[in-house]
Amino acid sequence: MFGLAIGHLSILLAIPVLGAGLLLFTPRRQTPTLFALALFASGLDFLWSMKILQLFDGKSGDMQLVERVAWMPAFGIQYIVGIDGISVFLVLLTTLLMPIAILASWSVQDKVKEYLIFMLLLETGMLGAFVALDLFLFYVFWEVMLVPMYFLIGVWGGTRRIYAALKFVIYTMAGSLLMLVAIIYLATRYAQTEQALTFDLLKLYGLHLPVDQQGWLFLAFALSFAIKVPLFPFHTWLPDAHVEAPTAGSVILAGVLLKLGTYGFLRFAMPLFPDAALAAGPIIVALAVIGIIYGAVVAMMQSDIKKLVAYSSVSHLGFVMLGLFALNLQGVQGGLYQMLNHGLSTGALFLLVGMIYDRRHTRLIDEFGGLWKQLPVFSVMLMVVTFSSIGLPGLNGFVGEFLILLGSFNVRPLWTAAAATGVILGAIYMLWMFRRVIFGPLTNAANEKLADLNSREICLLAPILFLIVLMGVYPQPFLQRMQPAVELTLKRMATITATPVTTDHGTRRESKRDGR
Amino acid sequence: MVTNQLVLADYNLLRWIPLIPLLAVVCNLFWGRALGKKFAGALACAAVGASFALALYVFWQLPSNGIFRDSIYTWIDSGSFRVNLSFQVDALTAVMLLIVTGIGFLIHIYSLGYMEHDEGMVRFFIYLNLFIFFMLTLVMGDNLLILFVGWEGVGLCSYLLIGFWYHDSNNAIAGNKAFIVNRIGDFGFILGIFLLVTELGRQGIWTLDFLELQKHASMLSPASIGVITLLLFVGATGKSAQLPLFVWLPDAMAGPTPVSALIHAATMVTAGVYMTARLHFLFVLAPSTLSLIAWIGAATAFFAATIALTQNDIKKVLAYSTVSQLGYMFIAVGVGAFSAAIFHLFTHAFFKACLFLGSGSVIHALDGQQDMRKMGGLKAHMPQTYWTYVVATLAIAGAPLTAGFFSKDLILWQAFSHGATALWGIGLITAGMTAFYMFRQLFMVFHGECRANDHAKAHLHESPAVMTLPLMILAFGSIFTGWLGAPEYLWGNRWDLWLRPVFGAAEAHEGSVGTEVIVTLLTLAVVAVGIYFAYAKYGRAGTEVEQRAGAGGLLYRLSLNKYYVDEIYDHVFVRPFTAISDFFARFIDPWVIDGTVNGVAAVTRGSSQVWRGLQTGNVQHYAAGLLVGTLALLAYYSGQS
Amino acid sequence: MLPVNYYLILSAVVFAIGVVGVLIRRNLIVVLMSIELMLNAVNLTFIAFSRYLGSMVGQVAVFFVMAVAAAEAVIGLAIIISVYRQRRSLDPQDMQLLKW
Repeated sequence: MFGLAIGHLSILLAIPVLGAGLLLFTPRRQTPTLFALALFASGLDFLWSMKILQLFDGKSGDMQLVERVAWMPAFGIQYIVGIDGISVFLVLLTTLLMPIAILASWSVQDKVKEYLIFMLLLETGMLGAFVALDLFLFYVFWEVMLVPMYFLIGVWGGTRRIYAALKFVIYTMAGSLLMLVAIIYLATRYAQTEQALTFDLLKLYGLHLPVDQQGWLFLAFALSFAIKVPLFPFHTWLPDAHVEAPTAGSVILAGVLLKLGTYGFLRFAMPLFPDAALAAGPIIVALAVIGIIYGAVVAMMQSDIKKLVAYSSVSHLGFVMLGLFALNLQGVQGGLYQMLNHGLSTGALFLLVGMIYDRRHTRLIDEFGGLWKQLPVFSVMLMVVTFSSIGLPGLNGFVGEFLILLGSFNVRPLWTAAAATGVILGAIYMLWMFRRVIFGPLTNAANEKLADLNSREICLLAPILFLIVLMGVYPQPFLQRMQPAVELTLKRMATITATPVTTDHGTRRESKRDGR
Repeated sequence: MVTNQLVLADYNLLRWIPLIPLLAVVCNLFWGRALGKKFAGALACAAVGASFALALYVFWQLPSNGIFRDSIYTWIDSGSFRVNLSFQVDALTAVMLLIVTGIGFLIHIYSLGYMEHDEGMVRFFIYLNLFIFFMLTLVMGDNLLILFVGWEGVGLCSYLLIGFWYHDSNNAIAGNKAFIVNRIGDFGFILGIFLLVTELGRQGIWTLDFLELQKHASMLSPASIGVITLLLFVGATGKSAQLPLFVWLPDAMAGPTPVSALIHAATMVTAGVYMTARLHFLFVLAPSTLSLIAWIGAATAFFAATIALTQNDIKKVLAYSTVSQLGYMFIAVGVGAFSAAIFHLFTHAFFKACLFLGSGSVIHALDGQQDMRKMGGLKAHMPQTYWTYVVATLAIAGAPLTAGFFSKDLILWQAFSHGATALWGIGLITAGMTAFYMFRQLFMVFHGECRANDHAKAHLHESPAVMTLPLMILAFGSIFTGWLGAPEYLWGNRWDLWLRPVFGAAEAHEGSVGTEVIVTLLTLAVVAVGIYFAYAKYGRAGTEVEQRAGAGGLLYRLSLNKYYVDEIYDHVFVRPFTAISDFFARFIDPWVIDGTVNGVAAVTRGSSQVWRGLQTGNVQHYAAGLLVGTLALLAYYSGQS
Repeated sequence: MLPVNYYLILSAVVFAIGVVGVLIRRNLIVVLMSIELMLNAVNLTFIAFSRYLGSMVGQVAVFFVMAVAAAEAVIGLAIIISVYRQRRSLDPQDMQLLKW
């Protein structure tokens, strides 16, 4: 357990940092070398994460590849990392999106070196937050993430970048400070009974606090995560940050960073404080449903495509929260699946918007129209992603949405029915945008000379599109590996889950692999 | 009511029926441009042809009470909820298969000619093949969720094909409208699915599999079945263009005419009927839903027919006629006569496809002209199109011994014999109106003087064989397919026999042969009256044809303007909704919610404003501050000691 | 031998002069010299006590302070020179970038 050998997850975390270190010593004029190095580091990290997936045992719900090193023993702070079915795909999503985001940053010309260093540091921060099993360590990674993102938005962003970056950092940090207080309180509570401080998540799971204390602690955690998700009405930093961030920043922000909020709920807030989570369920579900509808309604009226996508994220993440707080297997699994879906489809949407922005330097819907004629490949890809976002069966979005609504319908039929209107609204705003951008006559002369996607752009979209189709057609490899971990999490909360959904599992899981 | 059905699992041939068109899609998507228009089109036709051949083979193999199943893999598995990607073919599906692949095949061939000069021909065939794939998924899925996949998939293809000529924003808008209105229906559909799963789940049965559902349907409480079927029917009203969600179908005519024939007449719009028939075991347990369905069907049939009476766009007439005919099918569903509904679906597919393709042939000849007031006298120029059109018109009007005669008569008789006299009466009047507007169309397009402009006249030509051949085959079908379902007093209903294992003995023929004959004769009389009026008003239509149509009456204007339904929806739903959204987007979000956030920041900043005066930036002031502080501390501690 | 008080008073006076110099002089070089003055006042105290108590510790401390003072003078003067090159002024009142 404690050895000199560096574990797999530590290597995963180290690769981007080492890459950033190498970049530091590369002359800043050699832009291609810089890109190549960053791409190599993030690509290597992706390959390494594939190896981790291969080592990962999907049949077990326990933490795997756990590493434990004492860090600040006096305070019971340890370096604990581990991975389970909940985090493994989020890690993969991160490592997949990062090289894509770097490859999509070709148009960055200013301060390329620093840009790439920040990207790589951001990757470590996000990965660390996903694999950290020590609350203190988690908090460190959680905050570390903010710094590169702050610079990415603030230095390479749009015209109002400073405002957006500042808002992003202060808003998210304001939430997380309360979480820090709650974390420390938890550790001291543990010390009261066990005579030693610990931030070890797995030990703290066993701490059964009285309901009133749970309530406050849950509130502190939930606020921090709700801002990150973002749950209505804490969402207003998101459109600003998205609009101002550079393309890659938006991709990472929407693709991964938002997932940390929902992941935080699932990993920390809910199993640590089950009673409070149950009690808060109705409120959070109500906020989620409002967010679904509200996000969609507001998205519809946006004239900036990026802003539209940003508000659609509010709507989609509302679905995720709805699923998580269904507190049954279908809902949580669907929520988890939807996190991946949203990462892929919204990531791809931002990439596409970025590509068109690189060509036209505008994102206003009215500036476009009739692009199909000029950009057929772009249009087809945008179409696939649009329909993935709408939740067309056969593409990934449907599987997640369906499971979420199914799970949630079990518990709260009426709220779910209200949430399901989001399915209609989603179609309205996405198709409306799509029609105005892609269809119609090509009226704007500025659009007549646009070049279609080049092979680099096709290459970076291709894996996402492939996954969008694969996850829609054949979700089992994903769902299967999530299931045990989700079941375990639900079991931790089991004292309270009186929902009718049974989670039987047993022999038949072996038999279902043989599908031809 | 569960009949003995032979289930043959692992009939692995089935998967190839939808898979072949999908492979053609993939092939054309990646290499279509390289292959060239001709080859891509041929490939698409061949793929559907191959599916059709396979479907015929399966049909040949299938005993009437058999079910072939082909389970491919587990699609979604989450705890107790599990859905397989698997297909099944029973008697009902076999019929649908033949319609989809058979008529689909003909329309593919027709499109080779129709789309010949279109630059987007490859794209067209990709969409069309994709449609066939999803439609086959819809009819072959062995559980409700796979059906739903197909259901949404065909909606997607419909969206794409309506907006096929995307240069015109109106087409794209029509496509959007179709998809969104369908989504409203799907909202009901999916809630119905959830309720079904949840309610059965409470009994410990987690399934969406049709066979399993049929087995366990009786475990559901009547109240929940009522709600479930109602929600599912909401989905059907969307897809099958029934009141109140029919508005998208007439607009959908913006797509190329073969699409209107295939998707918006023969196959996709009948999916709602198919779905209710597929779940007949649920619907029969919900009598109140059934009667609602019947009434909505009747109202739609009547309402759409009155609109069709006055339309001047050749395709709009056919579109409203489709809505009306779908209404007939739902009347049949509503009275529990599922096999009659499917029978009408079957015959309707032939004659309506024939009519649409015929109108396409006309539009093609007139270089895109769709206004019937600018047609006329085309009989001499396009004999093949004309004669097939006549046959199909006779069929839809219900002339004796044509397909429409048998199927519509069967529905009316079922309604009458089930004691739903009011429904029957509405159906009867609608039949008369159908005859009127169809013959009106026939006369306006093919008879009288040619009112086209000289340029168009010069180009008038009969369509190539690749287009007329499908027309002839469909015209042939418009007569003889009906003979499968002849009433008992002629040579008996083979159709019903074939489908009986699926629908069981759910429908019993009551009433005497004598009454049946009288009812039939009555229908024929009404139809004859309709034809007569059409002839009297339009039979020798000249140049000023629109003046003849009793111009100016209130009812006439209501009908011509489609009862202003679109405008009403626009004012009642669309605009308020947009206004509310606008309010949220422009006021609530930036000012109230973000305003609160920024307000907190502003308060912080404002209070800092007060204190920042202390920061002069002068080092010596800070040093003085240090000194004062130090002295104060010194004084404090020396005072203490 | 003079009583230790005398040394202490002298030291206090020198220190006070240094403090006043730091606070009110408008030339950075003089300010720096005043700081040196304060340090030397402290040194004087150290030495006086060292002598008075017969302990070497105070003298050791003085060496430390002298080393620090030397380093401080080097760095401080370097900073002052570069500041002067930038702004052509040595008035601390002109250097208010930290103001709000």
